[in-house]
Amino acid sequence: MPIACPNGWGRECTDAAPPPVKRNTAPPGDTEISAATADLLWVLLALPFAGSLLAALLPARARNAAGLVAGGTALVGALLTALLYSSLADGALRAEIAWLPSLGLDLVLRLDGLAWIFAFLVLAIGFLVVVYARYYMSPEDPVPRFFAFFLAFMGSMLGLVLSGNLVQLVFFWELTSLFSFLLIGYWHHNETARKGARMALIVTAAGGVCLLVGVLLVGKIVGSYDLDEVLAAGDLVRSSELYLPALVLILLGAFTKSAQFPFHFWLPHAMAAPTPVSAYLHSATMVKAGIFLMIRLWPVLAGTDAWYLIVTTVGLATMGIGAWAAIFQQDLKGLLAYSTISHLGLITLLLGLDSPLAAVAAIFHTLNHATFKASLFMAAGIIDHEAGTRDLRRLSGLYRFMPYTATLAMVAAAAMAGVPLLNGFLSKEMFLAEALDTHSGTPIDAALPYLATAALALSVLYSVRFIHQAFFGPPPVGLPKQPHEAPFWMRVPIEVLVLACLVVGTLPAITVGPFLDTAVRSVLGSATPAYSLAIWHGFNRPLLLSLVALAGGGAGYLIFRERLNAMSGAPLIGRFKGRKGFDAVLASIVNTARALERRLGTVRLQPQLKLLAAIACLAAFLPFGRYGYSLGDATGTIADPGFVVIWLVGGACAIGAAWQAKYRRLAALILMAGAGLVSCISFVWLSAPDLALTQLLVETVTTVLLLLGLRWLPKQRPDVWPAGRPPLAVRLRRGSDLLIAIAAGCGMALISYAVMTRPLGESLSTFFLERAYAEGGGRNVVNVILVDFRALDTLGEIAVLAIVGVTVFSLLRRFRPAEESVRAPEQQLLQNAADEAREGRRVGDTLTDYLLVPRIIMEWLFPFIIVFALYLLVRGHDLPGGGFAAGVTMSIALILQYVASGTRSVEARLRVRPLSWIGVGLLVATATGAGAWLFGYPFLTSWFDYAELPLIGRVPLASALVFDLGVFILVVGATALMLIALAHQSIRTPMKRARPAEPS
Amino acid sequence: MTNLMLAWAITTAQVLIGLAMLCAAYRMLVGPRVQDRVLGLDTLYVNAMLMLVTFGIQTGRTLYFEAALIIALLGFVGTVTLAKFLMRGEVIE
Repeated sequence: MPIACPNGWGRECTDAAPPPVKRNTAPPGDTEISAATADLLWVLLALPFAGSLLAALLPARARNAAGLVAGGTALVGALLTALLYSSLADGALRAEIAWLPSLGLDLVLRLDGLAWIFAFLVLAIGFLVVVYARYYMSPEDPVPRFFAFFLAFMGSMLGLVLSGNLVQLVFFWELTSLFSFLLIGYWHHNETARKGARMALIVTAAGGVCLLVGVLLVGKIVGSYDLDEVLAAGDLVRSSELYLPALVLILLGAFTKSAQFPFHFWLPHAMAAPTPVSAYLHSATMVKAGIFLMIRLWPVLAGTDAWYLIVTTVGLATMGIGAWAAIFQQDLKGLLAYSTISHLGLITLLLGLDSPLAAVAAIFHTLNHATFKASLFMAAGIIDHEAGTRDLRRLSGLYRFMPYTATLAMVAAAAMAGVPLLNGFLSKEMFLAEALDTHSGTPIDAALPYLATAALALSVLYSVRFIHQAFFGPPPVGLPKQPHEAPFWMRVPIEVLVLACLVVGTLPAITVGPFLDTAVRSVLGSATPAYSLAIWHGFNRPLLLSLVALAGGGAGYLIFRERLNAMSGAPLIGRFKGRKGFDAVLASIVNTARALERRLGTVRLQPQLKLLAAIACLAAFLPFGRYGYSLGDATGTIADPGFVVIWLVGGACAIGAAWQAKYRRLAALILMAGAGLVSCISFVWLSAPDLALTQLLVETVTTVLLLLGLRWLPKQRPDVWPAGRPPLAVRLRRGSDLLIAIAAGCGMALISYAVMTRPLGESLSTFFLERAYAEGGGRNVVNVILVDFRALDTLGEIAVLAIVGVTVFSLLRRFRPAEESVRAPEQQLLQNAADEAREGRRVGDTLTDYLLVPRIIMEWLFPFIIVFALYLLVRGHDLPGGGFAAGVTMSIALILQYVASGTRSVEARLRVRPLSWIGVGLLVATATGAGAWLFGYPFLTSWFDYAELPLIGRVPLASALVFDLGVFILVVGATALMLIALAHQSIRTPMKRARPAEPS
Repeated sequence: MTNLMLAWAITTAQVLIGLAMLCAAYRMLVGPRVQDRVLGLDTLYVNAMLMLVTFGIQTGRTLYFEAALIIALLGFVGTVTLAKFLMRGEVIE
C-alpha cells in the first residue's frame, strides 16, 4: 500500500519541493543573460554529437586526428560545464524548445546541481579516458570509429542527465544503451565481444522499455512529463493507484542499467569491451545512469514501504553478491566488474534507506566510486597492455617493472577499500552511520550493520588481493610480454583521478563540499539534512566497524590467499549463472517465434493473399453485423441506358478476366484492359475527369508492363494432373477462393449501393473546394491538394515511387528467367528461319517490313505525345492534368519508341537515363519545398501570381508548378526505369550478342 | 424542337454505340483466337471514345472531349503492343 506522506518509520518528512526553477522569474535586466546562459546548454549537448560526426568522417587510420577531436570536444565541454556552475546559485537553468506541446513533448534541458555534477563527471572523466584511449588503442584498430561511438555515448549521457522532460530522458537512456552496445562490440571479430554486447543491449534495452512505460504512467498521474512539474508532484504520485506499477517499472529500468541483482550478469560480460570503455561506461558513467535516475526521482518516488522494501533488498543483495563474487575472480577486469556491481548495490541500498542523509551519502559515493574505479580500470588496462595478461594467477611482482602504475593503483585500491584519508573512506563512513541508524525495525534493518561490515570486509579483501597479486611477490614467469612502465600519457589520467581521490579524501569540505552541497540541495531542497564532511568524527561506531572491516578483509586475504587463487568460480552463488538464465529465456523466445512461424507462416503467395482478402472481407462485414445494413432514400434513381450498357460490357470483361486468369493469361489481360476502359468511362460519366484521365494513362502503361512480364512467365504444363481432373484438395481450395471472391465483390457492391443511395454529406472536399483558388492559386482542386495542401504527402509518395523503381531495377539486374523462357520466342525463330531460307533476305527483314508503317507512325507521334505531356503538366494547376499524368504520358511516348525500333536502336539515338531523372525529380521537388525557407516560410509553402508574357498574355505562375515539374521528371524516370529494365531482359539472353545493357 | 431532336439523337447514338461495345465485348470474351480479342479491344476503345464525344455534346463540357482526345492519341498503344507481342512473342526486343 503506498502511503501519502513518506513518514513510514518515524523520520522527518522527506517530501520537499525542489528549489525554485529559474524560468522567467529573474529581474528584467537579468532575464536575457540567464536565457543566453541557458542556451549554452544546447551548445553543450550538441558538442559531443558534432564531434562524433566529425570523428566518424575521418579516415580509418587517423588515430591522432580522432583523438584530438574527441579530447578537444570533451575538454571544451568540461570547461563549459565548469563555467556554467556559477549560474546555478539561484536555481536550475532551463532551456526549452517547443516540439509537440499538445502532447507534452518539449525538448527541455535543465541543469541543476545534481545534473551539473553528473555532467561534469561525464565530460571530465570522458576527457581523461580519451587521453588514455588514444595510447591504449592499437594502431591496427579503426580508432576514429571508436572515438565516434565514444563521443556519441558521451552526448547521450549528457542528454540523459540534462533532460528536463522524462520522455526525453528515456530517449537518451536508450541511446546510451545503443552506444554501449556498439562500444562493447567494438572488436566485433571477437565472439565474446559480440555476445557481451548483445546481452548488454537486450538487458538494458528491455529495462529501457519498462522505464518508458513507467515514465508514461508517472506522466499520466502528474499530467505532465516536465521534470519540474513531476518533482513538485511527489505527494500526488505516491498516493496514486498507479504508484506501485510505475515504481516497479521505473526501478526495473534503473536496476537493469545499474547492473543490480538479478540483472547484474551483463556487466561482467561487457568487460569484453576495450578497457577505456569499461573505465568510462561500465564504472564511471553509464551504470550510474540507473543511480542517477533513482536520485533524480527520489523526491517523487521514495518514502514508501514499497520503495524501502524493493530498493533496500535489491541493493543489499547486489552488494553482497557482487562483493562475494569479486573475491573469487581471477580476471582483473572481472574482479573490478563485480566490485562495481557491489558498489552500485551499496549506493542503491543507501537510496533505499529513505533518509536524506543516506541520499547525501549515495550522491557522494557515486562521485567517489567514479574516480577510484575509473582509475583502477585504467591501471588494469595498463597491466593488460604491458604484461599481456589480466589473469591474477599469472601476474606477480609487477611493482619492480611499473612502480608508478603500481603506486597509483595502490592508492586507488585503498580508496576502494575505504582506507582513511582517501575519498572512499568518507562515503563509507557515511554509509556505515546510516546502516547503524534504525529505520524500520525490520529484520533487514537489524542485520544491516553486520551485512554492511561483511560486504566492506570483502571489498577490502579483493582490493588487497588485486594489489598484492599483481604487484608484489616474486617476479612473474612466462608472461606473454616483458612488462614495463606504461607511456607517460597513459598514466596522466590515472594520476589526475588518484590525485582527486587524495585531495577529496584529505580536504573534503573545501574541495568537493560546495559542489556536493549544490547537488544535494537540488534533490532534497529544504529537507537537506545537516551533514559533515570531516575526516574525524571522533571514535564512534562507524569508525569501529570500518576498522573491523579493514582488519577482517586483510586477515581474510592472508588466510585464504592460496585457496582463492585455486578457485575457478564463486562458491554458493556459482550455481546461479545469470547468463544461463538469460540464454535460456532468449532461446525459448527464439524457439517460440520459430515454432509460431512454422505453424502460422508461409512463404507461398497464394495462402498469404487468401488470408489478406479473407480478413479484409471479414473486417468490412463486421460493422454491418453490429449496426445492420440499410439503404438510403435515393434508391429509385433511373439508370441511363448508355451507362447500363457500358457497365454490362465492363462487368462481362471483369468476370471474363478472372475466369481466364489462370490458364489464358493473354486473354485475361485483354479483358482486363476492357474492364479498365469501362471504369475510366464511368469516372468521366460521374464527373471525375481528372481521375479518368490518369486512369486511362495508367491502364495503357499497365497493359504494356504486364505484356513485358508475360514474356518471362513459364508456360502452362499440361502434365500436372495426369488424370485430367485435379484432386479434391485442389478443387476445394479453388472453391473457397471463389467464395471469397464472390463475398468480397458482393460486399463491395452492397457497400457502394448503400453509400450511393444516400445524399453526400458535408465532407472534407468543401474545405478544399473553398480554399483551392484562394490559398493555392489553382482551379484544379485535385492538383492543388496534391502539390500544395498535401504536398508533403506527395513528396513522400514520389520518394516511395523512386525507391520502388530502384528496387525493381536492382532486382531485375539479378533476374534469371526460367530455363524454357530463355530462348527466343517461337515466332521469332520461325520468322528468322523463313528469312534465312529465302534468297535475298537478311535475318530480321520480316520484322522490319511488317513494322514499317506502324514504326513510322509511332516515331512521328513521339513529338506530339511529348507536347501533349507538357500541356498536361503546365495546365495541371487549373485543369485536369498535372505532373503524374504528364509523367506517365511521357513514359508512354518513350515506350512506344522502344516498341517501334527495339532497345538497341532507341538507345543508340536517345540518351535514356531513368536513374538520373529520378534523382533530378526528387531534387527539384525537395528544393522547391526548401525554397520556401529562403523567404521565411515553412517547408513546401507555395507561392503564386500572374505574369504578362508577350504574345501569350496573362499566365499563372505558381511555385507549385516547379514542384509538379519535379513530380513529372521523377514519374517519367521511375516508370521508364521499370519498363525498360524489363525490356532489357530480352537482350540479356545468351541467344543474342552479349552487351552491357543496363539502362544507365 | 432542335434541342429535343438533338437529345433524341444523342441518346440513340449512345445506345447504338453501347450495342457496338457489347458486340466488341462479345468478341473479346469469346475469341476464338487471341487476334479476335485484340481487335475486339481496339473496337471497344474506338467506341468508348465516340461515347465520350456524345457525352460531351450532351453536357456541353469540354472536359469530356479531352478524355476522348487521350483515347484517340494513346488508345492504340495497347493494341500495338498486343499485336507486337503476338507477332514476335515479346513487346520490346
